[in-house]
Amino acid sequence: MSAAAGAGVLLQVESVSVRFGALMALSGVSVDVRAGEILAIIGPNGAGKTTLLNVISGFYHPSQGRIFFEGRDRTRLRPPDVAELGIARTFQNVALFKGMSVLDNIMTGRLLKMKGSFLLDALYLGPAMSQELANRAFVERIIDFLEIQAIRKAPAGRLPYGLQKRVELARALAAEPKLLLLDEPMAGMNVEEKEDMCRFILDVNGEFGTTIVLIEHDMGVVMDISDRVVVLDYGRKIADGTPDDVRTHPAVLDAYLGVTHD
Amino acid sequence: MIYREAGQFKTTYASDQAIFPIVQDRVVVALGVLAVFVLPTRFANEYWLQAILIPFLIYALAALGLNLLTGYAGQLSLGTGGFMAVGAYAAFKLSTAFPSLSIVIVFLLSGLIAALVGVVFGIPSLRIKGFYLAVATLAAQFFLIWLFNKVAWFVNYAPSGTITAPSRTVLGVTVTGPTASAAARYVLALVFVAVFALIAKNLVRGRIGRSWMAIRDRDIAAEIIGVRPLRTKLLAFAISSFYCGIAGAELVFLYLGSAETLAFDIGLSFLVLFMVIIGGLGSVLGSFLGAAFIVLVPIFLTNAPHVMGLSLPVAFQKQLELMVFGGLIIFFLIVEPHGLARLWQITKEKLRLWPFPH
Repeated sequence: MSAAAGAGVLLQVESVSVRFGALMALSGVSVDVRAGEILAIIGPNGAGKTTLLNVISGFYHPSQGRIFFEGRDRTRLRPPDVAELGIARTFQNVALFKGMSVLDNIMTGRLLKMKGSFLLDALYLGPAMSQELANRAFVERIIDFLEIQAIRKAPAGRLPYGLQKRVELARALAAEPKLLLLDEPMAGMNVEEKEDMCRFILDVNGEFGTTIVLIEHDMGVVMDISDRVVVLDYGRKIADGTPDDVRTHPAVLDAYLGVTHD
Repeated sequence: MIYREAGQFKTTYASDQAIFPIVQDRVVVALGVLAVFVLPTRFANEYWLQAILIPFLIYALAALGLNLLTGYAGQLSLGTGGFMAVGAYAAFKLSTAFPSLSIVIVFLLSGLIAALVGVVFGIPSLRIKGFYLAVATLAAQFFLIWLFNKVAWFVNYAPSGTITAPSRTVLGVTVTGPTASAAARYVLALVFVAVFALIAKNLVRGRIGRSWMAIRDRDIAAEIIGVRPLRTKLLAFAISSFYCGIAGAELVFLYLGSAETLAFDIGLSFLVLFMVIIGGLGSVLGSFLGAAFIVLVPIFLTNAPHVMGLSLPVAFQKQLELMVFGGLIIFFLIVEPHGLARLWQITKEKLRLWPFPH
């Protein structure tokens, strides 16, 4: 894989290193994310997968290396700036707004699509109201798409875990992202919930053309739904290729799946 | 409620997003608003208006302001008394410097000045959270009170150090000063609290309220959605202080008549915070319920032994009042930590299903 910005590369992570004190969480990792693909990042615990997502979403800034989105350098942006570029994400431990209803959670995802004057908002008049209703209509389409109609008025904090994950996906989708980062979207789910989530991820990718980067531990899922797989180990990229390439890559077998004992 | 939404189908998102989606609710609220404007001015005596209703309205406005900041945006503040003092002293300076300026404009300008001060003291909120922020806002409380005590310009160099509300009229009716009738002051306070309660409700159910609650519930997730923490928190401080500033101005102009800084000390900050906690954090209705609880229960307790025919020694009764009041606060917080507003919501949900348990 060349690190050069070719046609169709949406996000380019160029030899990024992140250091926490003496610990190198990432060292010289380069990843290209091509527009429209589903890219899986795998690796053992502590390999730096979540750190990589955090660097992309602006929570950490790389100590070395650069990040390009749509060809522009955006190495040192803050999370709200990253959101404005069209990058949305979900978190490993669900990060919903627990005190708000499911509907309000997803509506919050549309904040960047909503503008307005403070005065009109205060009076809930004219453009403020019609904007609110237009966005509600959009959010309802996502609610239909993810099949969560029945819980739209429920407080997000009282939902079972699997549904919370789904609501978090809905909130990320509400921003109409170009790039969607999913941090273990299927962790802690049972088989049916995983199948549902796989279907949603494939549908989002297929219908909206959203580029997706996901971290996942379930190998079956990774091999089934991703176009490409990047393997990290101890903060380094050890493999990058199609699921089949990665499956047979000796370094992956050694480092990630364990050295085979005959 | 004894009525239900049966047969009322929502066919538009507008009707689903309405503040009162049920027709009967709208009727009850409309009648209620009409009643609170008309009935007390007709039938309530001076004592009721002066001792109960006017302070209730003013405290409700202050509680509403603090609830926007603490309940919705999640920023704990103990500076309420200080911000109210800014409103009061600003109103005094403005109304004495520009005697022809309408008192309504004076109140609004005082609110704006309080908002600016609130923004300044809100800046630490970007770095400090929770209890630590409360301590930082405590600095605002002590600094502002110290400032108003120290600088005689704020009291127009009055040797007594007090500010006194001058006589002003609205639409030909005297509403402030010693000659203003309690009914006129009541109506003015009511207009303010009604308008600003509606504005608060509109803010919290829309774009701005959602960004506040997002910061409150999960600031990291809020940021990656595009909420800018500093801007959002400062807006909350500004609007909250605006409400508190107007409430402070009203406290002097419509209730006390004259005051010194003692009226705005740390005790007031705690009182308003208790109202918000007991009423319900993150609830517009809760601000009113909390203010009513804190204003009404002591008055009720003072009069209860007399009504029941008990004659207790005055000192003993005073102690008893405090004990019962404290006990009630603890009782309500144990029964429903989320406040009276949540209790009311649960009651409504139960009544909706009544007579069936679930």
